[in-house]
Amino acid sequence: MSAVLADMPKTDMPETETSKTVAPAATKAIAPRTGRRPWTFYVLATLFAAYVIALYGPMFCIYILSFQDIRGGLVFPMKGHSLHWFADLVTQVRTGDVKGSFDRSIKLAVIVTVITVVVSFLAGLGFRKRFGGDTFVFYMMIGSLVAPGLVLGLGTGLLFQALGLNASWYTSALGAQLSWTLPFGVLVMFAVMSRFNHVWEEAAYDLGASRWQSIRLVMIPVLAPGLVAVALFGFTLSYDEFARSLQTAGSLNTLPLEIWSMTLNVTSPSLYALGTVTTIVSFIVIGASLGSIVLIQKKRGSSAKG
Amino acid sequence: MQPRSSPAQKSPRANLAGWLYVSPLVLVLVPFFVAPILVVLAASFFATDGFGGLTPGFTLASYVEVLHSALTLKLYLATIKFTALTWIFTLIIGFFVAYFLVFHVRNQLLAIGLFLLCTVPFWTSNIIRMISWIPLLGKEGLINQALLGLGVIRQPLEVLLFSDLAVVIAYVHQLTIFMIVPIFNSMARIDKKLIEAAIDAGASRFDIMRLIVVPMSKSGIALGTIFVVSIVMGDFFVVKVMSGGGSASVVSAFYEDVGVLQYPTAAASAVLLTLVLVAIVSLILRTVDIRQEITR
Repeated sequence: MSAVLADMPKTDMPETETSKTVAPAATKAIAPRTGRRPWTFYVLATLFAAYVIALYGPMFCIYILSFQDIRGGLVFPMKGHSLHWFADLVTQVRTGDVKGSFDRSIKLAVIVTVITVVVSFLAGLGFRKRFGGDTFVFYMMIGSLVAPGLVLGLGTGLLFQALGLNASWYTSALGAQLSWTLPFGVLVMFAVMSRFNHVWEEAAYDLGASRWQSIRLVMIPVLAPGLVAVALFGFTLSYDEFARSLQTAGSLNTLPLEIWSMTLNVTSPSLYALGTVTTIVSFIVIGASLGSIVLIQKKRGSSAKG
Repeated sequence: MQPRSSPAQKSPRANLAGWLYVSPLVLVLVPFFVAPILVVLAASFFATDGFGGLTPGFTLASYVEVLHSALTLKLYLATIKFTALTWIFTLIIGFFVAYFLVFHVRNQLLAIGLFLLCTVPFWTSNIIRMISWIPLLGKEGLINQALLGLGVIRQPLEVLLFSDLAVVIAYVHQLTIFMIVPIFNSMARIDKKLIEAAIDAGASRFDIMRLIVVPMSKSGIALGTIFVVSIVMGDFFVVKVMSGGGSASVVSAFYEDVGVLQYPTAAASAVLLTLVLVAIVSLILRTVDIRQEITR
């Protein structure tokens, strides 16, 4: 998804012109650019629609069901309309410390985001040129990505125990989450950097810019949309991270851990209400990120014309 | 990614600069990836008092216990079953969704919009997306209500929720995106002229799929497979919640072991799982240079 985000400015399609010239032959094409659609289009469009419905349908079910009144259950039909279960989240002791864990998760996600953006950006710069041992670092990162989160979390927890350190959300869980967000961040940076034109950087050097100046005045502005994408990954992956936090968060829960314990012992729509709240937060973050990427591109487009 | 340099150019200066740039990354990964793995490896050789206390030492008792247990084989078979089923479904759906977006949607802006529509749920909570199947699959859920209403069944189906079926549905729901993204990326790089040339040469739709699209999407498929396989094999909460406790996988058993403080057995089982995972991933990596692929 990163590559596509980075691709967004390039809506000028070289294909459109060439495809027009071959339009007659395209009637038999698997993917004609013009003319009548082949039957496969309708089959695949149906599959795609079914996929999107299956992707979003269940989520919307729980958002709807979270607005039931006090008689509400876990399944349809809806029983009344109210905000009862949302109020239940903040007032009931039974549902645990939702507000505290929400605060912690947001704070943690912000810290993780900042570190992920800075570290991924630097690593992205480093990986542009080969250096001795780069493959080792690369595969260490892939290993960190594919390793079972629960196992890593246990190892981190045991390590802290052995060192006599207290596990907490802002130390061990922070590190455990970074071992998950950083590989994603660096992979996104790879996609972003591969589209960066080196000529701009070299031009900056030719004009007498220092290394720091060329990074600050050329690279960061040019790569800004990509960096926003890295931030989006950092925030959302941390905010929803569960397996690696389980053994490392210490005595105070993050929000996904709170949700996890609710799935095991709460059987009321307040579970759905929490799902609705946390998804709204995710949607705000996703919307803000995608919106700012579009905004940057737009600003760039207009200033290029002016 | 590295158009200006080749491996031959590794001067000491370039090495130093490279390591300076990646040093923050390494400084996070060493204590939070390498060290924990080593700790788990060490713990697998330790003895335990059964109450969470670990005695440093070197014993293979935990491995013997894990390998001799009839449960281990059962757990691996269950894990492999879930992995294989999830892989097949995510591959088929992911491949055709990506194919549709790349080759059938003519407006590129629309294609990107639809692609983002597929990716948005990836940035939301997995646990919430998992439990969101309860109102649909439950005994009194929408699917049962609909089937009862249509007269297809007389008794509500109980196999929908808290079953292996529910586990696979939840996996496919969560992980298809990991197939779509890399396959989409490989397919988007296929030159459309190649396909037009094939048509001009008389290739059928099936020929184009078999001889051009599938071979050229291989790296995307390999990358997606690595993600899906490693996530399913490392998962425990989908199995635990969606099977209603009826099924277990290697990692969910690990979770239970940790819960009762059986660290050495848990660690030994984790080391074995990691070895299996490493074997599978390196097998896949033999077919594709993932670094070349990602940085291209």
